[in-house]
Amino acid sequence: MQAEAKHTDQEVKHAEHSEFVSFTVAGQAFCLKITQIREIRRWSPVTILPHAPADVLGVMNLRGAVIPIYDLSARFGLQQTEASERNVVIVVSVHGKPVGLLAESVSEIISINPDDIQDTPPVDSRNTMEYIQGIISHDDTMVRIINLDAVISAPEQVMP
Amino acid sequence: MSGSIQDTFFEECEELLEATDEGLTAIEGGDHDPETVNAIFRAVHSIKGGAGAFGLDDLVAFAHRFETVFDEVRAGRMELDGKLIQLLLRSSDQLSALVEAARDGGEIDEAHNDTLLAALDEYIPEEEEDLTFEPMGLGAPAPVADLGIAPEAPAEPQEETYRIRFQPLKEMYGTGNEPFFLFQALKDMGDLTVKLDENELPGFDTMDMSESYLAWDITLVTKDSRSIVEAVFEFVEGLCELSIDGEGDAEAEANALAALDAMFSAPDAPPAADTAEGGAPAVPFEPPVPAPEPEAKPAPAEEKASAPKAESGKQEQRGGPKPTLRVELERVDRLINAVGELIINHSMLAQQIANLDVSDTRDVETELEGFKNLARDIQEGVMAIRAQPVKPLFQRMARIVREASAATGKTCKLVNEGENTEVDKTVIERLSDPLTHILRNAVDHGVEKPEDREAAGKSKVGEIRLSASHRSGSVCIEIKDDGAGVNRPRVKQIAIEKGLIPENAELTDGEIDNLLFAPGFSTAKEVSNLSGRGVGMDVVKNAVTGLGGRINISSTPGKGSTFTIILPLTLAVMDGMVVSVADQTMVVPITSIVETMRGSDDMINSLGADGTLLSIRGNFVPICDVAGSLGLYRESDRQAGVYLLVETETGQRCALAVDDIHDQRQVVIKSLDGVCGEIAGVAAATILGDGKIAMILDPESIIAASPTAAAFDTERRMSNAS
Repeated sequence: MQAEAKHTDQEVKHAEHSEFVSFTVAGQAFCLKITQIREIRRWSPVTILPHAPADVLGVMNLRGAVIPIYDLSARFGLQQTEASERNVVIVVSVHGKPVGLLAESVSEIISINPDDIQDTPPVDSRNTMEYIQGIISHDDTMVRIINLDAVISAPEQVMP
Repeated sequence: MSGSIQDTFFEECEELLEATDEGLTAIEGGDHDPETVNAIFRAVHSIKGGAGAFGLDDLVAFAHRFETVFDEVRAGRMELDGKLIQLLLRSSDQLSALVEAARDGGEIDEAHNDTLLAALDEYIPEEEEDLTFEPMGLGAPAPVADLGIAPEAPAEPQEETYRIRFQPLKEMYGTGNEPFFLFQALKDMGDLTVKLDENELPGFDTMDMSESYLAWDITLVTKDSRSIVEAVFEFVEGLCELSIDGEGDAEAEANALAALDAMFSAPDAPPAADTAEGGAPAVPFEPPVPAPEPEAKPAPAEEKASAPKAESGKQEQRGGPKPTLRVELERVDRLINAVGELIINHSMLAQQIANLDVSDTRDVETELEGFKNLARDIQEGVMAIRAQPVKPLFQRMARIVREASAATGKTCKLVNEGENTEVDKTVIERLSDPLTHILRNAVDHGVEKPEDREAAGKSKVGEIRLSASHRSGSVCIEIKDDGAGVNRPRVKQIAIEKGLIPENAELTDGEIDNLLFAPGFSTAKEVSNLSGRGVGMDVVKNAVTGLGGRINISSTPGKGSTFTIILPLTLAVMDGMVVSVADQTMVVPITSIVETMRGSDDMINSLGADGTLLSIRGNFVPICDVAGSLGLYRESDRQAGVYLLVETETGQRCALAVDDIHDQRQVVIKSLDGVCGEIAGVAAATILGDGKIAMILDPESIIAASPTAAAFDTERRMSNAS
């Protein structure tokens, strides 16, 4: 009886953990909840959009759907991501639409206990503060949890 | 109440309204088949039923009157003469309007509605005039409430005894109807006695659980009229054998008495089917038995079934349209996307196999060819799902011509041709307005008054021919009238008055005809109720170009005019010119391109500081650099002198300078809405054979964004205005 109860306890504990995918953007570690990610694709050249701002790289073909690709680094106010073999496009679904996010490289899947998530300490960078939901410490590095809805707000108006 | 059930109702309404129209048109054309009348009656009845369930009172009230008139026709009590047919056609239009108003929340023309209702009332005999239609709830077919509309009951309703024989078919249970609720509804109306007739109930071991064996003899004493009693069974019509005998019938009265007697002296009804409370189980309680009863029917009730309603069961099963499937457009779009991807995938695969360093790829290539053919087959099949015949649209147009003729006092008939030509559903929907407008114009301006026609040696009745046909990958729709043709001197005069053309302009006949499409043009001397609604043919032209098509007019004085609309088969596919601009592949819609050319340096003329004009056979058109207009930079040098001469909707011409022209092909249009919002210069995107995305350009906005061309345009407009 006791053993069984303990087992259930563990399960509950385990269920509280969420899995996150960590990746690098401009040399910094970020992560997204695994359930937010639809797929991760190798980088391939995109079709550029006229009059697009710097953080909109263009559009790509995802099995017949046209999806916009954002450069996360430029979006966070950092320098544009340099082209590299290891670059990946993380496809997420925001407001019911698929959107691609360019990251330098993916790292691993990490399991996070919600209790371990720390609030973002106030720093003098409003841009970043908006996009970061919280931070955690993983293997002695700081991993930033991205607030997806803030990064990609409703359908973008790309105007000249 | 909203949501999918109501949506389904409105979708059904559309089909039912179409059926009504089709039937009425057939009757107008001399169809005397009673089944046609029945079909219309059923369609209107179904609309009423659904509308009742959703509490759409206006619609219910109108449909009820409409239906009642049809019931009279159906019962042979009324002759379908020309006047009545016209009224019914107009009523059918009003029914459509009411459905639309109910769906979109719009306003209806109350006065018009009342006029029609009054006109319909004239055909309804006195005793039928009570409008107490009991709306039915969705789940149980029990009357819910009185609508409160005009139950002008006869002064002193007499109690009457109805003897009802009710035997559900098994289909009735299949639709979720429950006799108990029907009895309950009857009980609310007066004294009710229900007697179960279990004579046909087979023994335990021969019973088939899926069959219906039970029948009821019902005696109802009520003050309500017969139609109200009938209304209770409205929703099981065709699903049961039903006969209702009123008091007048002496035999029926005797039967009723006999039934009453039987009621009192028959306590041996099985407990499971105890009817003392007016209730009865829907399905007998016995265990299933495999061996089916060797035809316990036909029921004795069938012979007694003399009331008109009893036939409808058979009619319901007769003939009917081809089975169809109602699918959300989005699902089909998804399928189209997937198939498009399959084809792209094929070409990528073929490319990679060709690149492989293998000596013998013949077998693979053969297989690949088979794959390609299969993929093409699937694509065609999927495209065909969206295709629909233009017939319903053309039918609606017949109505427009009728209305317009009545309003102008002219007599016109519409002849339809090629009704079965299939076009993409979206195209059909968006064609409705332009066609309506052209047809109204044809009646109002095209066809002459009867006396003028006679004087010109023509038949009094004007003929307007509406035809659809496929022409090399496009749809061609022609509207041809045999009227007076375009009055060119007057058109020119008006154009000069409105400042559309200079006074001394030399125009060809064709150019004058095309002035009709100029914005702000109207030939009507006084604003007539019909076509002078503040919209001109320019609106029609915009609607057609918006569909990726074009419209032309040709006219012969005294013989009539012809409007020709050429449209793409589907909105999802477009003919495009594939070009490269600043190392990007892009597509320009072929409909906007007048010609493509390779120009030499001596054709380029500077104008002002940085304006450049291209001379084409003595005409100068501004040059617009596409790359510059889109804000793109070239890495490689531009191939000099490749131009696309385009014409904008306002008739302005401009030479788009591109790097190279590749080929012309059909592309699948992928909307960018909701992906990245609106982008100046870009209309949509498409996916090329190599899986890459190419932008589909919008010449109009490219020119607007180009400093040279835009400045030139303003200059020209100003010089025109002065």
